[in-house]
Amino acid sequence: MKQKAGWPALVFLAPALVIYTAFSAWPLLATLRLGLYGTDDVGHVSFVGLDNFRKLLFDEHWFGAFRNAMVDNVEFFAIHTLVQNPVALLLAALLSLRGVRGAAAYRTVLFLPTLLSVVIIGFTWQLILSPLWGVSEKLMTLVGLGEHFGPWLGQEETALRTIALISVWQFVGIPMMLIYAALIAIPEEVVEAAAVEGAGAWRIFWSIRLPLILPTLGLVNILTFVGNFNAFDLIYAVKGALAGPNFSTDLLGTLFYRTFFGYQSETGSATMGAALATLMFLVILSGVGLYFLVIQRRLQRIAS
Amino acid sequence: MSRHPIRASALGRSALVHLTLGGYCLLVLCPILLVLLNSFKSRAGIFDDPLGLPTTATLSLAGYGKVLGDAAVGHMFVNSAIVTGVSLAAILLLGAMAAWALTEYGFFGNRLLALFLAFGIMVPIRLGSVAILQEMVALDLVNTLTALVLVYIAQGLPLAVMILSEFVGQVPQELKDAARCDGVGEYRIFFQVVLPLIRPAVATVAVFTMVPIWNDLWFPLILAPSEQTQTITLGVQQFVGQFATDWNAVLAALSLAVLPILVLYAVFSRQLIRGITAGAVK
Repeated sequence: MKQKAGWPALVFLAPALVIYTAFSAWPLLATLRLGLYGTDDVGHVSFVGLDNFRKLLFDEHWFGAFRNAMVDNVEFFAIHTLVQNPVALLLAALLSLRGVRGAAAYRTVLFLPTLLSVVIIGFTWQLILSPLWGVSEKLMTLVGLGEHFGPWLGQEETALRTIALISVWQFVGIPMMLIYAALIAIPEEVVEAAAVEGAGAWRIFWSIRLPLILPTLGLVNILTFVGNFNAFDLIYAVKGALAGPNFSTDLLGTLFYRTFFGYQSETGSATMGAALATLMFLVILSGVGLYFLVIQRRLQRIAS
Repeated sequence: MSRHPIRASALGRSALVHLTLGGYCLLVLCPILLVLLNSFKSRAGIFDDPLGLPTTATLSLAGYGKVLGDAAVGHMFVNSAIVTGVSLAAILLLGAMAAWALTEYGFFGNRLLALFLAFGIMVPIRLGSVAILQEMVALDLVNTLTALVLVYIAQGLPLAVMILSEFVGQVPQELKDAARCDGVGEYRIFFQVVLPLIRPAVATVAVFTMVPIWNDLWFPLILAPSEQTQTITLGVQQFVGQFATDWNAVLAALSLAVLPILVLYAVFSRQLIRGITAGAVK
């Protein structure tokens, strides 16, 4: 039974509510509202309705940049979905096998990079992949792949993919842990019963354990989605705000930063920045909404 | 059928498992080791033999000398420690208080408030950056650590409240009833009965919350980029950009940024991982 609320309830709740409202919820709403305003040449701000969005979606200059960042972002997310999450599943499945010696040590090492700053990881890989230093080329020559080495971070065609893989390298530990936790939470009896009926390790994994952890895989995917669609730090650390070469690594996060603060000869605009943030909000919201309203329910139905 | 083939296949399977896990661990460790190793070498050593251990000929601490000689580095560490420490303490205390209020007391709009807070878990606070900056300008808080602390508290509270609510709800009813029968006030019940009971959960939330704050680049960059208020993450970013061609200094700066985390992780990894797996099972 719940206690009746009095002064204590208010005192307990108020500080958190005030800070959260003032510095998270309210600024978000204010940003959505500011997206409907425009700034003229002398810095006067006035209501312009949907004009900023018309620019972002139909003006050639703006839409070119937005489409480029959006396409890059989709590719960035696709690489995470197709590489990070399957690798995480594989590692978690191996770790959760019974009687793997040193599983705790493996777990500890695999989770380590997620604790390091993206800035450190970005620079570390930049050094390692640098043709100037030549470490990667040397290592690849050792295994006979020397001629396949290229300045991947510097080439327009490969830069985004390389950065995405660096990000995968760093963060694979998080989905791995979530999946691992779900796998070890499966009751022993379920697996045992199947083993008694003669199902092999593969059969047990595919037809018993995998369906049971589908909700976790869904959750991992939506967390990846939200993280990827507001990613900024890694690109900024490795490539700077211009997301070179030739904007080929530009994500919505870096475009938002440039729109807001300006770069080179372009001056920044708070109102255009707010409009872009609104579009990012809508992208993330539709992804999260789709997940909670449609996908999660189906996954849970299969799992139960 | 002899037992031999079964044992051989089990052995083969186990070898494959260790090969995969061990191989991936190498992939994780080698880049970090490479940086640490080369940070102790002279420039010639770094370029002539990047994969070798430092020898008497190539051993050099020039990079460390340069980084540590920069007085600003110590200052940045202090800034990061203050911001992370104060935010963390506030998130844990205010988060536990809010979780207690939402689970223990019945009032109108209770559910709605919980949902309002939960919204912050899925929607990144960064999207509100434009208005946050305007707000900080209006409050005259730009380039202060206070601005960072306030934003990080707002960022960390939703997840903290959600996880802590789960644990606060498990505090036995008899304990609370007994305390109330004895005439103990609501505030004392929270601080002396509930808070000590949920300590393990608080530790888990602490780790989840601390790492993103310490490592954040975005808010230090837009809210507090001044020399006085730079955090270590932003500082490393600027330092490496500035000394890009001075490989000794860059490698030393990266190593110095990694080492404290390696040490902390070596000490706390057990609790941390247990916390994550237990938290996720819930």
